[in-house]
Amino acid sequence: MPLNKGKRFVERDRTWHPVAYTPGYKTAVARSPSQALVSLQAPTVSELSGPDFQHLRMGPHDNDLLLNYREGNGQDGLPVGERIIMFGRVTDQFGKPVPHTLVEMWQANAGGRYRHKKDQYLAPLDPNFGGVGRCLTDEEGWYRFRTVKPGPYPWPNGINTWRPAHIHVSVMGPSISTRLVTQMYFEGDPLIPICPIVRTLNDPEAVQTMVGRLDMAHSRPMDCLAYRFDIVTRGELQTYFENV
Amino acid sequence: MKQPNSTPTTDLMLRETASQTAGPYVHIGLALSIAGLPPRKEEIWNRMATSEADGQLIEVVGTVIDGNGDLVRDTFIEAWQADANGEYQCDYDLERPFNSFGRTATTVESGGEWSLTTVKPGIVKAANGKPMAPHINLAVFARGINMQLNTRMYFEDEAEVNVACPIFNAVESEARRRTLLARREEGEGGKVRYRFDIRLRGEGETVFFDF
Ligand SMILES: [Fe+3]
Repeated sequence: MPLNKGKRFVERDRTWHPVAYTPGYKTAVARSPSQALVSLQAPTVSELSGPDFQHLRMGPHDNDLLLNYREGNGQDGLPVGERIIMFGRVTDQFGKPVPHTLVEMWQANAGGRYRHKKDQYLAPLDPNFGGVGRCLTDEEGWYRFRTVKPGPYPWPNGINTWRPAHIHVSVMGPSISTRLVTQMYFEGDPLIPICPIVRTLNDPEAVQTMVGRLDMAHSRPMDCLAYRFDIVTRGELQTYFENV
Repeated sequence: MKQPNSTPTTDLMLRETASQTAGPYVHIGLALSIAGLPPRKEEIWNRMATSEADGQLIEVVGTVIDGNGDLVRDTFIEAWQADANGEYQCDYDLERPFNSFGRTATTVESGGEWSLTTVKPGIVKAANGKPMAPHINLAVFARGINMQLNTRMYFEDEAEVNVACPIFNAVESEARRRTLLARREEGEGGKVRYRFDIRLRGEGETVFFDF
């Protein structure tokens, strides 16, 4: 993803995404700029280019969270929890597949506990679960992970605030302009509409873009359920006129 | 002559997947060593250049400061810059002496400081052919940041090219332009080090860009 010479991306709709200052999510208050963003009227190669990770050497189970933690840790069991496949397609806003792009994800275990130095939640760590995955999309933009469904967890925001079950997802896209970090929620979770982080979004339709859907057709009988999560990155305009 | 693009109307287009904060545990996914997870075969991290790379090897360090003046010790930062000749190296390959992309983080253990080992980038041409002063594009992710904040780090000791840079000068306020300048310091063992502190909010707030 080359230098994307002569390309432009559809403007990012900053009212669709969460704004920076969202007092319902308390940590945002001291971490949100008070000044306006400076808009680059003519993006340059610096913004229109980005890294291509096709030469990054990955392990055979980097996208399989059922197996990828035990390898380095002398464990031979499987993680506790509902076995799931999380999969989907990365396309741009015009429906064009985004091939060979890096998709990364991380999550809590089935009890809602993260394998992170800083997570002190009383739910136990799972000796067979790390909680990180990565892969490149294929030619058609498809990606896939195998994991367990993460549990909801409490966090200090209000007195009794819980995150809905979610998987953090990071996608690069063809340039640093398309860089996107989001979270996949699970269809039907009653914690979604009351989550202060979900509520940083103003538009209920924008929330729907973050919901993974149960897909029975891709589930495996007697093995695992499948959730489909398609990711849409900024649309790429192929050609444009130079200002002369 | 090429045909003009038909201008896409919003309702025919898919909407972009919405952004959410990377959260306090972003390191599990994107900076494994910081979370305390074992490394995989290859990790994307903060050594963007080796001594084999063309150009001047430098260290870039900084902190991230919130609206209360406190250090933010749980950020995750991505860097994107041209090589010493002003070219972006898009193929990320750890076997090469230089990569345009890097990642770093601020932590309690690091005293709230992030760092990158890289080369000083060269001058890059903007679309209109005007030279852009050497700069490193930085994106800041953290708990409490709903969508990454994009800034550019320029070099204080490149004053002559900075004043001619179309992007540096897209920032109208002179006082605000100064928030984009990294200061040169004496590094360990005589290495050249630049310091760039990012202020998220309030006094001396760093300029963040939309593009
Ligand atoms: Fe989380």
